[in-house]
Amino acid sequence: MAQKIDSDHSRFRQIVRGKIKDNLRRFITKGEILGKKGKDVVAIPLPQIQIPRFQYGHKDTGGVGQGEGEVGTVLQPGDVEGEAGQAGSDPSEHVLEVEVTIEELAQILGEELELPRIEPRGKHRLESEKTRYTGIHRVGPESLRHFKRTFKAALKRQIASGLYDPNNPVVIPIREDRRYRSWKVSWLPESNAAIIYMMDVSGSMGDEQKELVRIESFWLDTWLQSQYQGLEVRYITHDAAAREVDRHTFFHTRESGGTMISSAYQLCAEIIANDYGSGEWNIYPFHFSDGDNWSSDDTKTCIELLRTKILPASNQFGYGQVESPYGSGQFIKDLREAFGDQEEKLVLSEIADHEAIVQSIRDFLGKGR
Amino acid sequence: MALPLYLHELQQEIESYAREFGLDFFDIIFEVLPYQAINMIAAYGGFPTRYPHWRFGMEYEQLSKTHTYGLGKIYEMVINNDPCYAYLQEGNSLVDQKIVMAHVHAHCDFFKNNVWFKDTNRKMMNEMANHATRIRRYMTRHGVDRVEGFIDTCLSLENLIDLHAPMIRRRPAQRPPARGENAGSNQRRGREVPRLPVQRRYLDPYINPAEFIEKQKQKLAEQRRQARRFPAQPERDVLLCLMEHAPLNRWQRDVLGIIREEAYYFAPQGQTKIMNEGWASYWHSTICTQRALDDSEIIDFADHHSGTMGTQPGRVNPYKLGIELYRYIEDKYNRGRFGKDYEECQDLDKKRRWDKKLGLGREKIFEVRRLHNDVTFVDEFLDEEFALQQKLFGYRFNKSTGNWEIDTRAFKEIKKRLLFSLTNFGQPLIEVVDMNHANRGELLLVHRHEGVDLKLDWARSTMEALYRLWSRPVMVRTIVGEKHTLLRYDGQDHTAETVSAADGLGDPPAEDENDDQD
Repeated sequence: MAQKIDSDHSRFRQIVRGKIKDNLRRFITKGEILGKKGKDVVAIPLPQIQIPRFQYGHKDTGGVGQGEGEVGTVLQPGDVEGEAGQAGSDPSEHVLEVEVTIEELAQILGEELELPRIEPRGKHRLESEKTRYTGIHRVGPESLRHFKRTFKAALKRQIASGLYDPNNPVVIPIREDRRYRSWKVSWLPESNAAIIYMMDVSGSMGDEQKELVRIESFWLDTWLQSQYQGLEVRYITHDAAAREVDRHTFFHTRESGGTMISSAYQLCAEIIANDYGSGEWNIYPFHFSDGDNWSSDDTKTCIELLRTKILPASNQFGYGQVESPYGSGQFIKDLREAFGDQEEKLVLSEIADHEAIVQSIRDFLGKGR
Repeated sequence: MALPLYLHELQQEIESYAREFGLDFFDIIFEVLPYQAINMIAAYGGFPTRYPHWRFGMEYEQLSKTHTYGLGKIYEMVINNDPCYAYLQEGNSLVDQKIVMAHVHAHCDFFKNNVWFKDTNRKMMNEMANHATRIRRYMTRHGVDRVEGFIDTCLSLENLIDLHAPMIRRRPAQRPPARGENAGSNQRRGREVPRLPVQRRYLDPYINPAEFIEKQKQKLAEQRRQARRFPAQPERDVLLCLMEHAPLNRWQRDVLGIIREEAYYFAPQGQTKIMNEGWASYWHSTICTQRALDDSEIIDFADHHSGTMGTQPGRVNPYKLGIELYRYIEDKYNRGRFGKDYEECQDLDKKRRWDKKLGLGREKIFEVRRLHNDVTFVDEFLDEEFALQQKLFGYRFNKSTGNWEIDTRAFKEIKKRLLFSLTNFGQPLIEVVDMNHANRGELLLVHRHEGVDLKLDWARSTMEALYRLWSRPVMVRTIVGEKHTLLRYDGQDHTAETVSAADGLGDPPAEDENDDQD
């Protein structure tokens, strides 16, 4: 039903979008919205959308309630008026949060950073079959009989033929009354993508560096998710040895070993070969480290692995080097030297601080691969 | 959608009960609507014809979400209008509809008879539609963004109205001095104290006694000072001041007027939340349990009613507080528990069993519903016994534990806080003191500080809104952290300056200087 409110509502969404767009860089650099991600929606705090008024600030005066309890009894934060569950030092602060879908957020990101849409690899289009029950037929298997429709048809027939007696409302369907669900088959082109995140967790990667990676990966996820129907994400951590981990571990482990980047690349190549080897996948490996590697021999192994195994199978390989007080930052130079500008699939990006994340996202996603 | 027959019959039945109990209401037009439409109308503050603005869309989104997640449901809405409009939710059960209808009749009775609603526009449904037409026309003419932005600006100031204005004629319409013109210059005539004509010189001290002349002189000086001040008295209706004196286009003035008019229309509803909901609850309960329900419905009724009356520890439920207070008053006047004898009685047991069988309760609560608003209602009738009965407590944030805690059961403190939260809707009192401050056409407002500071970031944004209308620097005098502070916004920067408590900011430009010049 079209309602009068719809125009006001879409106007509101438009304003929300505009505000998010205006503040996108701040959101990206501060990582404020990371913790608020649900399955399909992200909650974004937008205090500036409320209309400001002269109002009391911190309510030192307290309030009045009703119920049992001695003096000193603690109230549940959610019970207290004007306060959204967050007991803080400034309780009257109630920040408006608006929800946007991940698609919408990705769209905003795309518009703001002028990211090109990705054209999925053309040669292997996965066609998937979808069955939807959309109609009603007069014939069909008994297992698909539509009970309600059948009785409706029977009732109609009985009323039309004068057999229906309201005082004795018995409805008996006969053969002709039976109705069955019918289905339609549609073929959908489907393209799937896999992201493989690799991160150096050796001692030289501190919390701040990981935070950068976490923020960046959130936006990479968001964008790629909007570009593909199915998205799988895998996580590999490495110091001197690599292991596959879940998301939480990925961002929270800390090791203190040396660094052998090749171990991660080796594992990555294996995962690609085992799970995404069919050539139907759009594969996006990303590697983040501070650029410190164990030895130049190991770096050679890395380059070899990239050249022969990982790059040919991937849409794009992203290497992001976060600045760390301990790292030498050598690895990115080595890669640059080895590949030069020859290899289009390899994207190198240096992330010095929070401010650099925006540019880095653009580096990684700006090529439309 | 018109009322289906069975609801129509039900309405007639409930209406007859309501009249039997003495409720007096406008005609009520009931409509049954699906939940989307109810949410929509609620988002528009009850008026489907309201002007377009994004905040209604925001409200709608929140209501729809609340509904979808099952966190809340709007059973009905009533509009203060003649005839009264009432919207019922399609999905209500029959018992719900009975309760809701009874509830609505009492609301309507309250709208019609409570004195605070006396001056509200009873054709507001039409008026709102007219407002919408005008605003739409401005949008076509001047662009949606421009008009919408201006509405946002006005809404920032929406709460700066004088709640008592409809009852009092404070002043005849004033003509302002033009900017820069010295308000005092045309006051020359009033400078000398008129003396009575004296035939013989020696009689002069008797006919025009010196102390009288002196008094008159002072009076005149005071008058002159006031005349220089503009406005002459501090003015609480900031919106009106702006409408009359801010440099606005005609359409802008009209939009500001619309916002102000709607703010005044809604104000009494905010002022009587506890009374209005309490009254409606009192009557839906009375009508349902004494007349309208049959035996099979009583459990459903109890379920619904207790849901409405439910309290959470950290907040006051206006329905609950209202109904209990009415019942308390009714009981008090039924049993004659008031007056000198009762107050002075020291015997608690006797007091508890006090019953003079006066039966004045009904009459009294009808009187109360006519004369009071929430502030006076609570002030007059909420006493210690009631607070004890209702287990009222005060809570506050304990900084050392980081928790909200019950901090008092003391009656005086509880009442003080409750009244504070109700006075001026629990919003700061702000007045225009000088619209020609320092003779530079700057706008000076004063926040009458009641112990709680302003929320500063919002205050700054609001001052920006004021500046957009006034287009000259704007100042707000307030207290920040126990220091008298002058907040100032000059269109570019915000400044905050600590000032002494009595440095006469509200005073007009010094008199002598101007005198020398003219």
